Amino acid sequence: MATDDGMTAPRAVSGQAPDVFRRGAWVPMRQYPDSEEVDFVIVGTGAGGGTLACKLAEHGFSVVAMDAGPYWRPLEDFASDEAEQQKLYWRDERIVDGDNPIDMGGNNSGKSVGGSTVHFAMVSLRFRPEWFKARTKLGYAVDWPIDWREMWHYYTEVEQALAISGPVSYPWGPHRPRYPRRPHPMSAAGEFLASSAEKMGIGWSSTPIATLSAPRGLAPPCVYRGFCVIGCSTNAKQSVLNTWLPRALDANAEIRDLAMVSRIEMGSRGLATGVHYYRDGRWRFQKAKNVVVAGYAVETPRLLLNSACAQFPDGLANSSGLVGKNLMPQSNHGVYGLVDQEIRWYKAPPSLSITEHWNYTDTGKDFFGGYAYMSQGPLPTAWAGSLTSSRGLWGEKLVREMEKYNHQVGLKIVGEVLPQEKNQVTLTDEKDAYGIPIPRITFSYGENDKRLYEHAVRFMSQQMEVGGARDLFVESDTAHLGGTAKMGDDPRTSVVNADCRSWDIPNLWVCDGSVFPTVGGVNPSLTIQAIACRTGDRIAEMARRGELTRRTTPA
Amino acid sequence: MSKDHPHADTSARYPDYDVLAKWNTPSWNDPTRAAVGQRLQVRDEPRFLSAERFRILKAVCDRIVPQPTDRMNKIAVAGLVDRMLEQTESVGYRRAEMPPLREAWQRGLDALNDEAKVRFGAEFTDLPAGRQDTVLELLQQGDVRSSAWGDLPAQGFFKHRVLHDITVSYYAHPTAWNEIGFGGPASPRGYVRIEANRRDPWEAEEKQGAVHHGD
Ligand SMILES: Cc1cc2nc3c(=O)[nH]c(=O)nc-3n(C[C@H](O)[C@H](O)[C@H](O)COP(=O)(O)OP(=O)(O)OC[C@H]3O[C@@H](n4cnc5c(N)ncnc54)[C@H](O)[C@@H]3O)c2cc1C
Ligand code: SF4
Repeated sequence: MATDDGMTAPRAVSGQAPDVFRRGAWVPMRQYPDSEEVDFVIVGTGAGGGTLACKLAEHGFSVVAMDAGPYWRPLEDFASDEAEQQKLYWRDERIVDGDNPIDMGGNNSGKSVGGSTVHFAMVSLRFRPEWFKARTKLGYAVDWPIDWREMWHYYTEVEQALAISGPVSYPWGPHRPRYPRRPHPMSAAGEFLASSAEKMGIGWSSTPIATLSAPRGLAPPCVYRGFCVIGCSTNAKQSVLNTWLPRALDANAEIRDLAMVSRIEMGSRGLATGVHYYRDGRWRFQKAKNVVVAGYAVETPRLLLNSACAQFPDGLANSSGLVGKNLMPQSNHGVYGLVDQEIRWYKAPPSLSITEHWNYTDTGKDFFGGYAYMSQGPLPTAWAGSLTSSRGLWGEKLVREMEKYNHQVGLKIVGEVLPQEKNQVTLTDEKDAYGIPIPRITFSYGENDKRLYEHAVRFMSQQMEVGGARDLFVESDTAHLGGTAKMGDDPRTSVVNADCRSWDIPNLWVCDGSVFPTVGGVNPSLTIQAIACRTGDRIAEMARRGELTRRTTPA
Repeated sequence: MSKDHPHADTSARYPDYDVLAKWNTPSWNDPTRAAVGQRLQVRDEPRFLSAERFRILKAVCDRIVPQPTDRMNKIAVAGLVDRMLEQTESVGYRRAEMPPLREAWQRGLDALNDEAKVRFGAEFTDLPAGRQDTVLELLQQGDVRSSAWGDLPAQGFFKHRVLHDITVSYYAHPTAWNEIGFGGPASPRGYVRIEANRRDPWEAEEKQGAVHHGD
């Protein structure tokens, strides 16, 4: 019998897709032939693409959503093992450079049906409202073309769809509805952040988080096993894989796993006609009325640039020259230390407590933007990576430090990085196994970025000390990418409009983290999903008004 | 399934704990047993690297993650690194100045050995431990003299390949989990007691007085 490991041959074939809730089981799936011009083909099924696939299918469009990654059944495919679960990550080669080269692989991007949400840490935060008007209200970077009140509505939709567990009242920002599920009990790692924040006189909260605190359908509540960032084997985690995609299938979307898209084809009328993709040993072409790119902040510009043709020699949707530019990670600096108590931070989701104090406080800062920070709980090989890369430890010293594993605590930020055009994704001459050029990812922190993380490191070090931690050390790291196909209301300075529609090619859309004009100081996935929900509704509205195939012009 | 389970050496700090004792309990599921079971089979024999380079790698591993002399079953760290190289072409990225993963290891091990000859007139594997450490420290500082490095940055090779790949391989092994008191695999059963100073009966008990903080 051929092995069905999800990675060798596609699973979503013959009119069925894997049932993510049952071992070895299947659910029916509508399929479309390559020759049928479907309403939407979506490249990528992560936070952006998977959510949009659901919304568009539920609005009655015919949808084919492709992902280069496997279609997992978490219950039978996921081990409690860091090395084995590397299979969730995007491990195709990428070249990183600049003054502060970004670590990719497991640190940054997934390759699975469900995208990076299959291994994300589930922290589900709303932007601070003023960030949508960062230039006008706070004096830095650029404004978004979307109003925060509209986003507030879509945040609620996503929080309900994911049954987020969170506190009864969240300490920061304008009123938001109650979270659908009660907060989780606090872990020792989370309690350290909470009690030390109180000593510092700042607020903290139980983190709004996408893992169940009570059963939901076939998904059980979280069992605090703590392996969240290498995949949740119980389905307690509410990822795109087990929330939006089952709904998308019910609404007749087709999902194609192990389907790698290489190029978007352009027709003579200046419209995209479909995508070239590789699946099950051969190259194929799917016809479509609309193409949505949702491959995350590196693969999205890579695909747009690699689709250059005679009519668009600099790549698609690139008349502004901004495709691939303004790449923003978030700074992810951490402070770690040792305490007497047994913490055993391998248990429970790592980031059960949070403070957004420095997102909502504007005084006492020597930088623009903000940061949140959360409790930590790295698994052993990740922790060894911190000790070797931050402190250069090896030999007896490393082994002795590692033995203190159960007594460590840490705080780590998600910090805002400001857009700079020179931070970018470009194509190299080197080719991958599909013959597609390998991307180069160039990143250097700006002066404001440095002031922000230095402030964070100072403040968190103080907090660690008052909390009773000693032998502190600092880790510099990055997380979460955005910005490489930014939205805006001027075609000269943005790639897509507020509806994620490209200015240049009216039936080409981008719907993922790349559209962020600024990244704020919170983890991005809730915002990506909210934007996808809004885009789905806007597309349905435009279709009703007959505006789908007409060229967009700025207001 | 039989009640037999594999064993791993215990540690001074967690003397009564063997994470493998949970092999047949609800803490371990089939995919985990399959993945860890394969790892336990790995021997210190090369499949990807040449025999010559593997000997150097093995000597390097002994310095990067030294194992207690009284450990019965030593972790086959070099074998694990070699297996990773056999199965993996990339970890998902590389610095612009570094060659691809496999090439970096091959060239790096050759250059490291040549550095030992240039500095101390002997193969790396023939040097006493203290001298081996000196060679590794020089790499870490980027202070190298051998022309064998060519355009391969010694510091980058040491940090991104030697330190990273060897320690990640070591701490993926159950014997290393015993050493640090890690709960290990936990699915479908997770944990109930998640507060400070509390542990479930299936977690490692730390020996009183084993903790010397701040040393
Ligand atoms: C370890 C880790 C922890 C995280 N924790 C959090 C958290 O706690 N909270 C939070 O909000 N965010 C978190 N994130 C970030 C979050 O997961 C991502 O920001 C988010 O998933 C990005 O959504 P996306 O739609 O842009 O891309 P993704 O979700 O990455 O989806 C992109 C998909 O597109 C596919 N794809 C790309 N190119 C192609 C192609 N050419 N052909 C076919 N398919 C393609 C990929 O395989 C992938 O599945 C975390 C990320 C990581 C790595
Ligand atoms: S801690 Fe909860 S969410 Fe995380 S992997 Fe375990 S069950 Fe899933």
